[in-house]
Amino acid sequence: MRPRPAPEASRCPRCCAVTELCHAGARELARRVRAREVSAREVTQAFLDRIAARDGAIGAYLRVTPERACADADAIDAQIARGDDPGPLAGVPVGVKDVIVTEGVETTAGSKILAGWIPPYQSTAVARLRAAGAIILGKLNCDEFAMGSSNEHAAYRPCRNPWDLTRVPGGSSGGSAAAIAAGLAAITLGTDTGGSIRQPAAFCGVVGWKPTYGRVSRWGAIAFASSLDQIGPLAASVGDAAVALDVIAGLDPRDPTSLDAPQPGLIDALDGGVRGLTIGLPREYFADGLDREIAAAVRAAGAALVAAGATLVDVSLPHTRYAGPAYYVIAPAEAASNLARYDGVRFGHRAAGARDLDALYARSRAEGFGAEVKRRVMIGNYVLRAGSYDAYYKQAQQVRALIRRDFDRAFTQCDALLAPIAPTAAFPIGSRATPLDLYLGDVFTLACNLAGLPGLAVPWGATATGLPIGVQLLGKPLDEATLGRCGRVIEAAQPRRWPPEVV
Amino acid sequence: MTWESVIGLEVHVQLATATKAFSPSPVGFGAPPNSLTDPIVLGLPGALPSFNRAALHAALRLGVATRSTIRTPCRFARKHYFYPDLPKGYQISQYDEPLCAHGEVDVWHAGAHRVVRLERIHLEEDAGKLNHDGGSSRVDLNRAGVPLCEVVTAPDLRSADEAFAYMKALHRLVRYLGVCEGDLEKGHLRCDANVSVRQHGDARLGTRVELKNINSFRFVKAAIEHEIARQIRIVEGGGAVVRETRLWDGAAGVSEAMRGKEEIADYRYLPDPDLPPMIVPDAVLREVAAALPELPARRLERFVRDYQLAFDDADLLTSEPALADYVDAAVRALADPTRARATATWIANELLRELAGRPIEASPIAPAALAALIDAIEDGTISGKIGKDVFARMIASGDGARTIIERDGLQQISDEGVLQAIAATILAGNPRQVAGYRGGNDKLLGFFVGQLMKATDGRANPQLASLLMKKLLSPGD
Repeated sequence: MRPRPAPEASRCPRCCAVTELCHAGARELARRVRAREVSAREVTQAFLDRIAARDGAIGAYLRVTPERACADADAIDAQIARGDDPGPLAGVPVGVKDVIVTEGVETTAGSKILAGWIPPYQSTAVARLRAAGAIILGKLNCDEFAMGSSNEHAAYRPCRNPWDLTRVPGGSSGGSAAAIAAGLAAITLGTDTGGSIRQPAAFCGVVGWKPTYGRVSRWGAIAFASSLDQIGPLAASVGDAAVALDVIAGLDPRDPTSLDAPQPGLIDALDGGVRGLTIGLPREYFADGLDREIAAAVRAAGAALVAAGATLVDVSLPHTRYAGPAYYVIAPAEAASNLARYDGVRFGHRAAGARDLDALYARSRAEGFGAEVKRRVMIGNYVLRAGSYDAYYKQAQQVRALIRRDFDRAFTQCDALLAPIAPTAAFPIGSRATPLDLYLGDVFTLACNLAGLPGLAVPWGATATGLPIGVQLLGKPLDEATLGRCGRVIEAAQPRRWPPEVV
Repeated sequence: MTWESVIGLEVHVQLATATKAFSPSPVGFGAPPNSLTDPIVLGLPGALPSFNRAALHAALRLGVATRSTIRTPCRFARKHYFYPDLPKGYQISQYDEPLCAHGEVDVWHAGAHRVVRLERIHLEEDAGKLNHDGGSSRVDLNRAGVPLCEVVTAPDLRSADEAFAYMKALHRLVRYLGVCEGDLEKGHLRCDANVSVRQHGDARLGTRVELKNINSFRFVKAAIEHEIARQIRIVEGGGAVVRETRLWDGAAGVSEAMRGKEEIADYRYLPDPDLPPMIVPDAVLREVAAALPELPARRLERFVRDYQLAFDDADLLTSEPALADYVDAAVRALADPTRARATATWIANELLRELAGRPIEASPIAPAALAALIDAIEDGTISGKIGKDVFARMIASGDGARTIIERDGLQQISDEGVLQAIAATILAGNPRQVAGYRGGNDKLLGFFVGQLMKATDGRANPQLASLLMKKLLSPGD
């Protein structure tokens, strides 16, 4: 079904005002709220109205928390009225991927096994957003436990691509990307373990930022693969994503893998331009199987960088083809370990009438986990078996070191890499027949996670049929600033597009 | 056929840190169920471990004190199995990169010193507890996450007695180091035993059986003896020992094989990706080494050597670091250091009897005050017997020995002239006994000495009294 333009009736001034607010962007909203041009409450209500009107067809949200959001907005307005500083994201509506813990608000990781679980503690990323004045609107749809590339492994309801409701939004942060594209939040938080921020950002034509591993605390990020997971922001512009990343990044003693690095200071770095920068195009990413339109988009984005004063070079990442096998050993292994805690004993789903302990475990997990999660847990347990460990997990970690070394070498020749994100644009729901088909689509995003590097997805144009295309910039560890500068130039070179308003 | 048993022990030592190994929740005993928990302890989705450096420091003290090789960096590993008292479905432990390897524990056993080799010491977190009542089981996670050191010996022990002696030595060592409170009632040391038997002279190891649930010190000997006997019975009967894990039942005095399923546990060890490798800088190791107290084996040897104590007395006095500290402090306060043995002996007997099981910290008499008493005895001011009386008065009044002796007129009478005069009076007053003694009844000496003691309110110098009486009673000269 192709999106139809909105009929006359919904071009009423109220709807236009709501739409305008919902497309204004995070920085602009915060500016208006702080300047008292609009109240935080009004902004929040606009987004809540829009969600109520439109998310039925899209499915970006798993749950919306209107009372809390309005109360938080009122508190921001009160702060401003008192003359206190409400923070850089004052009144900015935010959606949070359901694998990220929100205190007091049901968090399920998109899985039935956590149905009804109310976290008693707050994740660091959400705490920092709230401290900056942001308003949490609700929890966003995703593949179960972040395992997937299309949001088709969502346990509760499907999520659809706002550009074409018959197509996937991408995954696993499908809801996070769809919400931005459809104007249902100004910032969203997603997680990226193998591309799960960048790929849905590309499919939905929005900006998505995966930080350097360790930049953003994983305290409260329901673990999938501990050495790969990162929380990151999605937004309609590089600048908005940058503000959000500045807010959530930083050392957290509760996460032993979080880095003691200076704050990224991105929002001030973005306007540095790209004059004098060298951008590498990794030749292995332009091999067969890459859709011609996608390849053309990447080259066009490269041309935009050149026009702004950068130089393009050809580089090689020779171990690229091993990224998939290495990832699909390491990630499931860590996932099987991280998901062992879902046993029906302390929280989450517990099977009724189990005769004994083994039955309790087996049935609770069989009933609670979806097929993809089970698949990965089994693969993970298999590769961690005493007899398999050396040949699989240990070997994969060694390959991982080689992949990282590829990047280190490439970065001696360039400041950042420009590459495609996915081999195709958004595909129709249900069209990827086997799990392996889905896994093969991850080829361009996985290596970045294995190497712990930052990656920024920026939209560039569309396919002939109007589907968004995204390109990614991959950077040196902790060099989000260079990515931001490149991303800014790229996004400035083409107009911002919103999907047509769908009835 | 003579049989030799080969035993190795794995002891879990609960480290005396204020908070848990990977979470800020406090370590405590007897708290209401599930009150010492937080998202990390509960294994809630999204929670991450934070390593408690105090646990590392305690483990390092134990590692350095056992002359272990310290591995740096070392890593934590996840050990996976499903059980309700293990919230994450894995235990954070160490696998192929443990903190310490190849250490030794000094064991004094039956008056002889030997060294028990350690294979490794590693850090790990404890599981919670299950309480079974009637048809349901309840999970209490207060103990989950408490830091432990697992101390694994080489199969160096050759009898249940030796195993028990090793446990005692380890228990004493960890208390000396302050790394473990060593309260066995609270399960601060828990032990599993690996036992096998072989013919004397055979260099190969027999099939070993793991004994678990030896949940008290006194069961160590009984459980191991039982297992050795069980294995010998099997082999002498022509059978083969099955490699298995058996649970000790202290009440019944037997062990029982665990169900087969638990046997084939593959823990799927995974280096914990949440915890970066732990680096132990040389400077830290040097600090730890410099801060070690005198170790119990060395202290026992010093007490034997410098205080001329028998092994058993030295062993008793070094069984608690505070008690040994008391002895050393008292000896230091002596006017004459050669009186050390007398001091130590007094403490081992009179003071400990007075304390009746209470800790030395409860002693009503400070070390220096005790030293003053011993000085008074040894320099002849009072006799040993009076000394016991003075001791009692010191406890009752809180006054010092010299004060009491002065005030109560308890000085020993050692003046020969004075004693001789009194002795002569006694002889004059007891002609029949004199005749009896001179007639051959030597035992009557005791009567006369007793009379002299009575006449002097016990203050006559006992040796002098005996000598004088004997002299006076002897006919002639």
